Amino acid sequence: MKFLIQRWIPRLVLAPSFLLVVLFVYGFILYTGYLSMTDSKMLPSYGWVGFENYSRLFGLRHWNTAVTNLAIFGILYIGISSALGLFLAILLDQKIRAEGFIRPIYLYPMALSFIVTGTAWKWFLDPGIGIENTMHAWGWASFHFDWIKNRDYAIYTVVMAAVWQSSGFVMAMFLAGLRGVDNEIIKAAQIDGASGVTIYRRIIIPMMRPVFLSAFVVLAHLAIKAYDLVIALTGGGPGRATELPATFMYSYTFTRNQMGVGASSAIIMLIMIFSIIVPYVYSELKSGDQQ
Amino acid sequence: MSRISQDNAVAGSRLTRALIYTVLIFFVIYYLLPLYVMVANSFKPLDEIRGGDLMALPNVWTLEPWRDAWSNAQIGVEATGLKPYFMNSFMIVIPAVTLSTIVGALNGYVLTKWQFKGHGTVFAMLLLSCFIPFQIVLIPAAKVLGFLGISGTIQGLILIHFVYGIGFSTLFFRNYYAAFPTELIRAAQIDGASFMQIFMRILLPSSGPIIVVTVIWQFTNQWNDFLFGASFSGFDSTPMTVALNNLVNSSTGVKEYNVHFAGAIMAALPTLFVYIVSGRYFVRGLMAGAVKG
Repeated sequence: MKFLIQRWIPRLVLAPSFLLVVLFVYGFILYTGYLSMTDSKMLPSYGWVGFENYSRLFGLRHWNTAVTNLAIFGILYIGISSALGLFLAILLDQKIRAEGFIRPIYLYPMALSFIVTGTAWKWFLDPGIGIENTMHAWGWASFHFDWIKNRDYAIYTVVMAAVWQSSGFVMAMFLAGLRGVDNEIIKAAQIDGASGVTIYRRIIIPMMRPVFLSAFVVLAHLAIKAYDLVIALTGGGPGRATELPATFMYSYTFTRNQMGVGASSAIIMLIMIFSIIVPYVYSELKSGDQQ
Repeated sequence: MSRISQDNAVAGSRLTRALIYTVLIFFVIYYLLPLYVMVANSFKPLDEIRGGDLMALPNVWTLEPWRDAWSNAQIGVEATGLKPYFMNSFMIVIPAVTLSTIVGALNGYVLTKWQFKGHGTVFAMLLLSCFIPFQIVLIPAAKVLGFLGISGTIQGLILIHFVYGIGFSTLFFRNYYAAFPTELIRAAQIDGASFMQIFMRILLPSSGPIIVVTVIWQFTNQWNDFLFGASFSGFDSTPMTVALNNLVNSSTGVKEYNVHFAGAIMAALPTLFVYIVSGRYFVRGLMAGAVKG
């Protein structure tokens, strides 16, 4: 009897979490998937319309703007954060005495809410009171920087704020990677007469491939989810110039009463994230089993 | 992370090293600048900000913006300041963090030391749940909260944060306990120790670091949450991030930049405090979320 109880206790302990996740994650995904094929407007309704919401979605200019913006934002955000992160990690790895002081400063933005970051950058970039005004006060009268108010450039201000927030974290990932590189390999290359730059370019950076992959996965998934930063920084504007899929989903579902279209956009977001995360998690779990 | 004794350094001249330090210091300024701007301008009278130079220290130092942001600012309908929302955030986050940490610890324990058929699938499902875009659950979650009669309440947000925190908590504890010697557990089992006894007496006492990592991770994420707060909070359960956004982006009245900055710092203080006190664990959590621990 006691043996039987002992056998079942572990499963009973795990069961509530399992059921909650099955319902709140997988069940909800299925429900949203179902809604995306219905004629739901302000409230869920169950008139079946097949893929009509998806074809409407892909025909919407608003959605195409959001996807284009995500592409611009995602590529620049991932690219710049990775490059800057690697660059700073390499510099910090040169036996810098003040490393213990510098590293936490590079990393602290990651502890902030995107709403805080957005608020800070919103006023910092504001032509009225921010950097432009400051440059004028310092005597550079022709200085002009109004990207945040400019339809064609506003999306780049989202990149600026997001890179500021995340690049320190990428730096920490690369620094951990650099610290794991085997010294012997580097010593051997030095004996062969390779210069510092060559060692990094030919040996160390290629060895950072797993870190590049992790950084890519983390940043890509942050980019697709990006919502708060846009809301706080630009509110999706000016006009719709900085709309992303996440803000599109919210406004179509909750303010424009087009829940069916909103649900279909959420499904597209899920597909984007899972096409990056699932292979990654799968390979991580597999390599974990082999260890 | 902190092994400095490595020898990857490029042997360089004095000039190279001076250049490296210059670049590093430039980026110290880059990362600190927005924080400096927020702090400096939160102590300025409004006309000083309008007059120019966001970079300058205040001519006249004033605590008025802080007082306004905390207890007078107009947020929503009433001029209550951010204080009640600050409290709301704590009332949501503390129970949700506690619950998801405890449940994560037990899950991690079961998934490593009491494996059963299908444990891998269960873990994979929990793990994948960490990465879903939360937009996908907003509509059904609103429905379920309504069905339970807790939509727009603190309890509702606690439930939501708890449920979507389980995945990461489980991941952290599972990876930590995987390295814990299973022989010790088998030995205790043979001595007749029960499931809970083994957990309480053997695993829990050595779980200090991973508890800290998990609590910090959950606290930071839940405190900084905006999407759930904006979607599911009601009149008296609005969290700090949503209130701050309402304060900054309200279209009526004069834009009180100094009050906005003071409010933004208030919203940042709890997580910044945690980061300063235990940055090492904060980083470890971030890494564990990205790379397998």
